Amino acid sequence: MSDVTYIDAIHAALGEAMARDPSVFLYGQDIGKFGGAFKATKGLQDKYPGRVIDAPISEDAMAGMAIGAAIEGARPVLEMQFADFSSVAFNQIVNQAATHYYRTGVPVPLTMRLPSGGTPGSGPFHSQSMETLYAHYPGLVVVTPATVADAYSMLLESIAMDDPVIYCEHKFLYRWLKSADYQGDNLPIGHARITRPGKHATVVTYSAMVHEAVRAAEMLQAEGGWEIEVVDLRSVKPLDTDTIIASVARTGRLLAVGEAFPWGGVTAEVVSRVCADGFHLLDAPPARLNARDTPIPYHPKLWAAHRPTPESIAEALNNLLSF
Amino acid sequence: MDNNTEGLDQGLDRDHVRRVFRAMLTARILENKLGSLYKAGKIVGGVYLGKGQEAVSASLAACLEKGRDIYAPLIRDQAGRTAFGEDMLDCTRTYLGSVEGPMHGRDGNIHRGRPSEGMPAMISHLGTAISVVGGMLLAKRIKGELDGVVGATCVGDGCTSTGAFHEGLNTAAVEKLPLVLTIANNQYAYSTPNDRQFACRDLVDKAPGYGVPGYKVDGTDMLECIKVMHHAVSRARAGEGPQLVVASMLRLTGHGEHDDASYVDQELKSSEMGRDCIEVGKQQLIDHGYADAAEVAQWEDEAARVVQEAVAIAQKEADPDPYKDDWMAYSNPELQAR
Repeated sequence: MSDVTYIDAIHAALGEAMARDPSVFLYGQDIGKFGGAFKATKGLQDKYPGRVIDAPISEDAMAGMAIGAAIEGARPVLEMQFADFSSVAFNQIVNQAATHYYRTGVPVPLTMRLPSGGTPGSGPFHSQSMETLYAHYPGLVVVTPATVADAYSMLLESIAMDDPVIYCEHKFLYRWLKSADYQGDNLPIGHARITRPGKHATVVTYSAMVHEAVRAAEMLQAEGGWEIEVVDLRSVKPLDTDTIIASVARTGRLLAVGEAFPWGGVTAEVVSRVCADGFHLLDAPPARLNARDTPIPYHPKLWAAHRPTPESIAEALNNLLSF
Repeated sequence: MDNNTEGLDQGLDRDHVRRVFRAMLTARILENKLGSLYKAGKIVGGVYLGKGQEAVSASLAACLEKGRDIYAPLIRDQAGRTAFGEDMLDCTRTYLGSVEGPMHGRDGNIHRGRPSEGMPAMISHLGTAISVVGGMLLAKRIKGELDGVVGATCVGDGCTSTGAFHEGLNTAAVEKLPLVLTIANNQYAYSTPNDRQFACRDLVDKAPGYGVPGYKVDGTDMLECIKVMHHAVSRARAGEGPQLVVASMLRLTGHGEHDDASYVDQELKSSEMGRDCIEVGKQQLIDHGYADAAEVAQWEDEAARVVQEAVAIAQKEADPDPYKDDWMAYSNPELQAR
């Protein structure tokens, strides 16, 4: 079998979900005949007529339509063309979808796919990571797969869930990340994974930054024999505090890395939980590394210096290890 | 645009007309009671009434069938809720904070519904229900259950300025969904008059922009409302896509019971626009022989009794207990943050 990519996994999971359950349908801009801006839905309209529906450029109404359909027992998978544009749908998602089960007892089984994160040249409005914003709201599940197998199994699991899921897929991984197949450990949503075991420091991260962290760990191993543990959160809500604390218990040092903006956010939540629940385990002040506190720049040289890189992660780890 | 409703005589079925008026009357009596309870300090939070809008609200919902159709009421739709068949206890329990209500004290007043029975629970953000009703209809289409189904919702003049209104109506039009969207133009969005809300000549002029039929109706005239709503709902039911109804009237109360509505123009109040649709409707019933005055008086007594009972039941029931609420925002408890 030839290699499959992260976007292939998303495409395959969408097809599999539609084959398994006739109440699953896809809704989004340009997703029908065109197959979507990133080709995640290519060919699915022909295969499932009436269940791959092109939407007008109306993110608010798209989300509202998905919510209504979910209330009525369908399982919509909403494609935002870019995560950035989901800001227009924010109201429907956080006020309507997220509150619905608590208010009415009726769950909203929708999945909103957010093509997230930066790629060179994409600029401020096609590069954002929105997981923090959605994770803030009670009632939403927020997942951030970092591997081909997770992209596949977590999308299937998201669609099968009765609660609304924000599925953050990283655009940088779409075609760059390859695997022999889609098969993985099928770890359920809510469980983090030790991607690389180690004993000197823990990097807690998610999505594309998992791969940057692994590179940094390899650099430190080559340079000084450091053994860095990398924890892939997989889902940022629920957040698997147990796995994080267990890792910090082994290493005594924590660096939380994320591609999103630095104010608050997933990395702040990780550090705050470790401080509250595992302060006694720490041999050094816990550290965070995020993107810079500016909009995401267009030029590849600026962009590469805006987000964490293997080099900047390695530097942060060196500081942590030398404390 | 199809705003010529002259000669429309459908909908004036005797039982239907009587049903619409009784819903209007019951809602008015219930809302008077809610206002009193608020002033007596028995209701926490706001009380938002639909006085003056009962004819529009009830004449729309009376065309719908619970169990088949979808009805998404908004802030001033007590009459529509009653006509659609909402249990009055859902209202009194939610307003009075009974744990037995459909929202169990987790939400209040008009923010209530039974989504699995075709009546979504409104959120406060205007226009959001339009696409939600659209989505409910879309799901029925995907399941092959859309034939003969209608979804309806009502918004105010203020809602027409939102992006959600535009996106929702445009999307429903693109999908040719059987949606009846009613705009109750009561001339003020809270305190903001029409001339600070929109610059078009008339809200019904928006209809052709969306490629949907639009109808104008005097919202104080019960029989006209019944005719127009029946027509619009029938066309949607027949598969002719979204229908936009614009009804004009004056809100005969404040935005909420905390508001004295002193900003409402005196001239408007004393104009035809300021008529009370209940009074107009009662006269129409008598003039056209749908009911006589004695019958209406009997309905009033009956409604007062039912209201009294629904309030008494809700008042006796327990408040929600913070120690008993499961505090679950997810249907799967394993997802709840530890």
